[in-house]
Amino acid sequence: MYSEKVLEHFQNPHNYGKIKNPSGVGKAGNLRCGDLMHLYIKVDKDEVIKDIKFETFGCAAAIATSSVVTDLAKGKKVQDALRISSQDIVKSLGGLPIVKIHCSLLAMDALAEAVYDYLKKNKKEIPKEIEKKHKVLEKQKKEIEKRYK
Amino acid sequence: MKKKRVYLDYAATTPVDPRVIKSMRPFWSEKFGNTVSLHSFGREAKAALENSRKKIADLIKAKSSEIVFTCSATESNNLALKGVVESSGKKHIVISSIEHPCIMNSAEWLKGQGVEITKVSVDKYGFVNPLDVEKAITKNTALVSVIHASNEIGAIEPIKEIGKICRAKGVPFHTDAAQTFGKLLIDVNKMNIDLLTACSHKIYGPKGAACLFIRQGVGLNPILHGGGQEFGIRSSSVNVSAIVGFAKAAELAEKEMESENRRLISLRDKIISRALRIKGAYLTGHSEKRLPNSASFYFSFVEGESIILHLDLAGIASSTGSACSSQKLEPSHVLLAIGLKPEQAHGSLRVSLGRFTTEQEVDYFLKVLPKVIAKLRKISPLK
Repeated sequence: MYSEKVLEHFQNPHNYGKIKNPSGVGKAGNLRCGDLMHLYIKVDKDEVIKDIKFETFGCAAAIATSSVVTDLAKGKKVQDALRISSQDIVKSLGGLPIVKIHCSLLAMDALAEAVYDYLKKNKKEIPKEIEKKHKVLEKQKKEIEKRYK
Repeated sequence: MKKKRVYLDYAATTPVDPRVIKSMRPFWSEKFGNTVSLHSFGREAKAALENSRKKIADLIKAKSSEIVFTCSATESNNLALKGVVESSGKKHIVISSIEHPCIMNSAEWLKGQGVEITKVSVDKYGFVNPLDVEKAITKNTALVSVIHASNEIGAIEPIKEIGKICRAKGVPFHTDAAQTFGKLLIDVNKMNIDLLTACSHKIYGPKGAACLFIRQGVGLNPILHGGGQEFGIRSSSVNVSAIVGFAKAAELAEKEMESENRRLISLRDKIISRALRIKGAYLTGHSEKRLPNSASFYFSFVEGESIILHLDLAGIASSTGSACSSQKLEPSHVLLAIGLKPEQAHGSLRVSLGRFTTEQEVDYFLKVLPKVIAKLRKISPLK
């Protein structure tokens, strides 16, 4: 059911682990299936994502989308990284089963949260949609984290 | 080099035993007759059918006239629930909360027809308390149906005791024995069973054959109408080769049951004791009162589909009740019923052994499993 690309990322995920002293941390959870993802970014003074790492508790699709979103975001300016879409992720993976599309949203959510965290920590202007998204995701994440206590 | 493949999913299905294939072969092109035909071709097919019926009946101490062949355990279970309810005119049934989806969804369908469903809960091992069944039975109860042993956690239910209660209350008692027929001794009389589902492909027979035991005197309406085959209960041209294979498979299973179970229990217990050495590994179901061939676990902070896929990449076939692996994205209802939280069910794994499982295969699995769990934990944000 999974493409070769998905299996490749699943078996050898890129950029997994933690970053020491990250510029931003994004945590996202999927209320429905219970997957959980942490994303760490290191941003330089030109607002470029120099390093990015993830930790994911979830299925093969969740792990593969996590891996591919780090590939897509690395080296991009934070503003550009926010433009990465679910379609971009799915395309880079050579497709995802319909029932797994929600996993790609998890990766995007975690990235958006990491950027939000970075902007907030550095007292930078936060785009309205990111602020709005953050409020929704924050609530979901708390719900999930409560489950794993 | 051919990739190593280890099949540890015998609870899902089994390969057909070569001896079974041999028994089936004449009934494809040589003795191909229709069992209802009067000529010699029909008669030899009919004789093979009745011979198979007797074999199956003998194995569970039933009469030949009490065995109706169907094409799957799902069909048998549908027939038992819908057929008995319709015939009784009563509007209530009792099932357990760990039934196979074909019982669950048949019950759900009946609910839509105005039938009330009581789902009896189970304890942390997955066992039904017969007293709960007793309490659930009302004057309006058409049927009680409790699975003989859980396909997911291996729990063997107190069928005899539940049957006794049903008998005393005058309510027909059905059990889904898809996982136990040919693996555990079944005596429908001693165990107070009125209807029983058994199937072929879980015991090295072909897919497409199963049966429903219906005790004489139990009312049941057909759901397939037609030429009146199978005592008018299940019209359809009879799949003779599959049924012959089913009976042969059942015969072999019974003959080899005792020694095979001893072998499987020892392999199963090796898997259980060794897998539980992994940190954050937990057994689901009971350590002893479980199917001889099934071991089930959950591992904290890793997800089941990922475990399955990594094992698969190492050539090992197994299964999970994780939400991610289901089309509905819901964790297994069985694992929730024994009190697991969704996140615990998330890391579930079932391995089931069988006739062709070797100790070497078990050792290979036990070598790969800790590595898979460690690899996934390394990626997981929860430690």
